[in-house]
Amino acid sequence: MEYISLFVKSIFVDNMIFAYFLGMCSYLAVSKNVKTAAGLGVAVIFVLLVTLPINYLLNKYVLAPDALIKGVDLSFLSFIIFIAVIAAIVQIVEMVVEKFSPSLYSALGIFLPLIAVNCAILGDSLFMQQKDFVNIGESAVYALGSGIGWFLAIVSLAAIREKMAYSNVPAPLKGLGITFITVGLMAIAMMTFMGISL
Amino acid sequence: MDAKLKETILNPIFKGNPITVLVLGICSSLAVTVTMKGALVMALSVIVVCGISSLILSLLRNTIPGRVRIIVQLVVVAMMVILVDQILKSFEATYAIDKQLSVYIGLIITNCIVMGRIEAFALGNKPWPSFLDGVANGAGYGLILLIVAFFRELLGSGTLFGVDVLGWLGYTPNNLVILPPFALILLGCIVWVQRSVQKDLQEK
Repeated sequence: MEYISLFVKSIFVDNMIFAYFLGMCSYLAVSKNVKTAAGLGVAVIFVLLVTLPINYLLNKYVLAPDALIKGVDLSFLSFIIFIAVIAAIVQIVEMVVEKFSPSLYSALGIFLPLIAVNCAILGDSLFMQQKDFVNIGESAVYALGSGIGWFLAIVSLAAIREKMAYSNVPAPLKGLGITFITVGLMAIAMMTFMGISL
Repeated sequence: MDAKLKETILNPIFKGNPITVLVLGICSSLAVTVTMKGALVMALSVIVVCGISSLILSLLRNTIPGRVRIIVQLVVVAMMVILVDQILKSFEATYAIDKQLSVYIGLIITNCIVMGRIEAFALGNKPWPSFLDGVANGAGYGLILLIVAFFRELLGSGTLFGVDVLGWLGYTPNNLVILPPFALILLGCIVWVQRSVQKDLQEK
């Protein structure tokens, strides 16, 4: 039951984009059409699902106070360890995608390596550290939920932007400006989920 | 100071602003703008990290092999961020810096401004201009952060830097402004104003 609650909460209530603005850069840059957006969304879900449990274990057995050596607190190293794990995993994912799905690889292009510097991935690891999950299952569920939340957010924005190409937006607002405002309004809509707990 | 150096400093602050023109580093910028204090701490941290890591990588630029440069960049930036985070932690008790800010300080590592400027500028230029470029981009980022935070704190809490400004006029704080979505709408408006003034930035 806690798993379902955590899952739903991480998708809707603690949505990475609408509640924490994580991964905004690629979110705005890659949301011009639904197909590429969905590809990037899937890549983010996958990378989160692999990195978060690994970072959880590292955090619990290496970085936490007294974990590795009694009386030594290594938590100041967490930024560098987390980003190293993420960079390595992204490199592996990139090679796998290139081998098995060249079309997806060319569609994602530069954005696949950029997942390494996608704030959503590192941010999720840092939030996980603050949330004190009791076991690895919880961290995996949290990763899946927040990944799906990010996926839904980018696909819906891409769909709106595809339609918006036909509307008459004031010239200075075109492109970036109206996208910001759209995301803001979407975030207000998502706030109706606030405070829900299952 | 010669004209090129001046251009390096002034361009990122207005005409080539990292947030509103290059669309970099939005991730961490919006969550910290509820109060002026948070925005100021974040802006200063980004200026320090961006300036010094540009300087270090510019000094190393001829010794780093092209293939591993991303890893080297990440390590240098992560080291700077750890230093800034440790310094801020030591001030946490004295100045009551928000604990949530710590997550966003960590996210400076993945802040596209830092990586982007290193990749685009520091790896091809001498140390001194690279340092200035890093600092100026940090400042351009900080400027937008402070503008957003100014409106959010003023309208959302009626205060500036925690000092009561509108409260004595009988102003009722507008809670919508404190909520995350408003930061995006405000940023949209800043882009709107900037692009009305600089018409060459408008998208077709």
